Amino acid sequence: MIEFHLDTRSGVSPYLQLIHQVRQALRLGLLSEGDQLPTVKDVVARLAINPNTVLKAYRELEYEGLVAARAGVGTFVTRSLADGSLAAHGPLRAELGQWLGRARAAGLDDESIDALFQDTFRTTVPGQPSPAPARRQQT
Amino acid sequence: MTAVLESSGLGKRYRQRWALRDCTLSVPSGHVVGLVGPNGAGKTTLLSLAVGLLQPTTGSVEIAGDRPASSSAQLAKVGFVAQDTPTYSGLSVADHLRLGRHMNPGWDAKLAERRISQLGLDPAQKAGKLSGGQRAQLALTLAIAKRPAVLILDEPIASLDPLARREFLQILMEVTAEQELSVVMSSHLVSDLERVCDYMIVLVASRVQVADEVDELLNTHRQVTGPRTDLSALPADWQVISASHTDRQSTMLVCTPVPVTDPAWTADPIGLEDLVLSYMSKAVRPSPDSSPALEAQR
Amino acid sequence: MMWLTWRQFRAQGIVAAALAVALGVVLLITGLNLAHLNSDSGVATCHGARACATAANAFINQLPGTGSVPVFFGTIAVIYLAPALMGIFWGAPLVARELETGTFRLAWNQSVSRARWLVVKLGVVGLAAMATAGLLSLFLGWWESPIFRAAALAGSDSAAVTRISPQLFGAQGIAPIGYAAFAFALGVTAGALIRRTIPAMAVTLAAFGLVQAAWPLWIRSHLITPLREYFAITPANVNELAIINNTQMIVRHDVEKPGAWVVSDQTVSPSGHLFSGPPTHACLSANASPNACNASIAALHLRALISYEPASRFWPLQWTETGIFVVLAMALAAFCAWRIGKRRLA
Repeated sequence: MIEFHLDTRSGVSPYLQLIHQVRQALRLGLLSEGDQLPTVKDVVARLAINPNTVLKAYRELEYEGLVAARAGVGTFVTRSLADGSLAAHGPLRAELGQWLGRARAAGLDDESIDALFQDTFRTTVPGQPSPAPARRQQT
Repeated sequence: MTAVLESSGLGKRYRQRWALRDCTLSVPSGHVVGLVGPNGAGKTTLLSLAVGLLQPTTGSVEIAGDRPASSSAQLAKVGFVAQDTPTYSGLSVADHLRLGRHMNPGWDAKLAERRISQLGLDPAQKAGKLSGGQRAQLALTLAIAKRPAVLILDEPIASLDPLARREFLQILMEVTAEQELSVVMSSHLVSDLERVCDYMIVLVASRVQVADEVDELLNTHRQVTGPRTDLSALPADWQVISASHTDRQSTMLVCTPVPVTDPAWTADPIGLEDLVLSYMSKAVRPSPDSSPALEAQR
Repeated sequence: MMWLTWRQFRAQGIVAAALAVALGVVLLITGLNLAHLNSDSGVATCHGARACATAANAFINQLPGTGSVPVFFGTIAVIYLAPALMGIFWGAPLVARELETGTFRLAWNQSVSRARWLVVKLGVVGLAAMATAGLLSLFLGWWESPIFRAAALAGSDSAAVTRISPQLFGAQGIAPIGYAAFAFALGVTAGALIRRTIPAMAVTLAAFGLVQAAWPLWIRSHLITPLREYFAITPANVNELAIINNTQMIVRHDVEKPGAWVVSDQTVSPSGHLFSGPPTHACLSANASPNACNASIAALHLRALISYEPASRFWPLQWTETGIFVVLAMALAAFCAWRIGKRRLA
């Protein structure tokens, strides 16, 4: 069973965050078909948010066809978002972990790592290698 | 959807001063309602009228479908935790539970005992020796174990530390989900309520400024910026809540049912706290373009 | 509601019970001793007025030596104090403490109506107050019965201690029950109006004290119209003769009304008017001889007009007075219920 968390400063409304976290979990294979989502009562008891928020998120997911509510029992996953690429997750995750280790060893802080990643992510076109950086710092 | 709290022209006067005026509300059930306003705005007066501790000077109020405190059955439908969570300091925690059991026919003893043990409260401890957070939890347990239809809380977390605050809200939300309660909770801090409330009533200077679902409020209010414009030249369906002008630019909080499509204006969504604060300052200065020399009215 | 009332009253109830038991034990021990003395003196088995009077006097004369006098007056004091204390400590905080500490916001939002809340609290604690007062009076009544029986038999030779006299009446019979009810209701009302415990206690003490002091002086004698009787004043029964400023003369006589409460005693002239002078010539003159003065007084044909309540009126007065105070208590209780129901409290 997954656990939700809430970022109150992100500006994203809580119910969207919950939906996002469920989809994320589905993509990563943390949730598969037949798994039960946490009950509304458990979610609000941990996060101290309005039960209607959770209900709204679960209803939205049900509308998208990802989950289905079973009266008196709970809400269950009906469709997974993980595809064949799930198998590649493991090695990719390991590589990413190594890259992160090298970046930190080079002295990058979290903000620099994030900026580097975002910039590369945005400018990389699928199928082509990443371009050379536009400017180079002269040390 | 039935209304859990309905009032019509409700008002309360103490000698010369009106503590609450022209309060007309129709609060739907099944929501967690936040009642927010500065100190002295009339929140406690409104809640006291709703539970029957006060009688109105004008108008009427109904809670859970009936006049407040009109009968024993009606009293059983309403759970109340007053400001500063009063408890009998000489009675132990277990004594308070016995009090609840003897005075409420609908008392759920198992629920009460489960909550007390979950909270880690010692049943033999005198209520006077509990911390503020523990007393608040005890008062909440007493209110919810009688299985009411609606829970009224008057500034329940105002004097609690952040951890106690979070624990209180966690338990409150769990019980709300479990028992399908309606909750009306007052506070003078919007941040307390933002997390849990899906209906907001803003009370300033003894009057209701706005009362609506939070989603609706956030969808219809926009922070609009654009070139300096006279208020009379604005679209007719824009309701200006507050406005400030420089010589070149106008910034306004606007309530409008339709999206802002005019390219001259930049419309941004507004957070709940800023929205409420704008309504609070609007109440203090009645019209947006009145002279800044107007003093705050209390 | 009964449980909560008992739980809140528990400590006070136990203290009262302990004190009552303590007093009871003291009275039991000394009372048995008294009964023993009584039977020894033969008062119970005497025949004939003179024999009984002798036996009774013998018994009464023994009393100071047994330490019964302080026990008697101590108990009388306790019985007078008890209603006041219960009014202050049980009555005043009943509503005031809840209003002061804000706990009424907890109590009045349980599923019990305000009216029921008040009625149960008033009823339980009020009845407890009345029962306590009644019990103390019962103890004293048992303890003192040999003394009063002996006093009745001893006739005019005895010290005039009678149950109907103002000093003792309020601590006898059922009167304390009425006072307890009234003091308690007074306390509750003061608490409901003033909303602060300590000021309410002070006001209750003052108000009840005032009533207790004023009642025997001005009101009790009017509950049942006193009997009136004339006594001829002769030199033989004059016990006070005073001349003031050479213009006024006071003549008073021995009042002989065993067992009765003499409400007023006035010397009147043959025409029926109050006699206060002028002094007779024979009594004024410088070489007045007692015989000449007495003769001149006899010649005035003065009479003593006494109004009194005889001993037989003890129980009618008790019932009337207690009834009045209980009715007053209930009126106060009804006022409290109305006042609290008005919902002017946040």
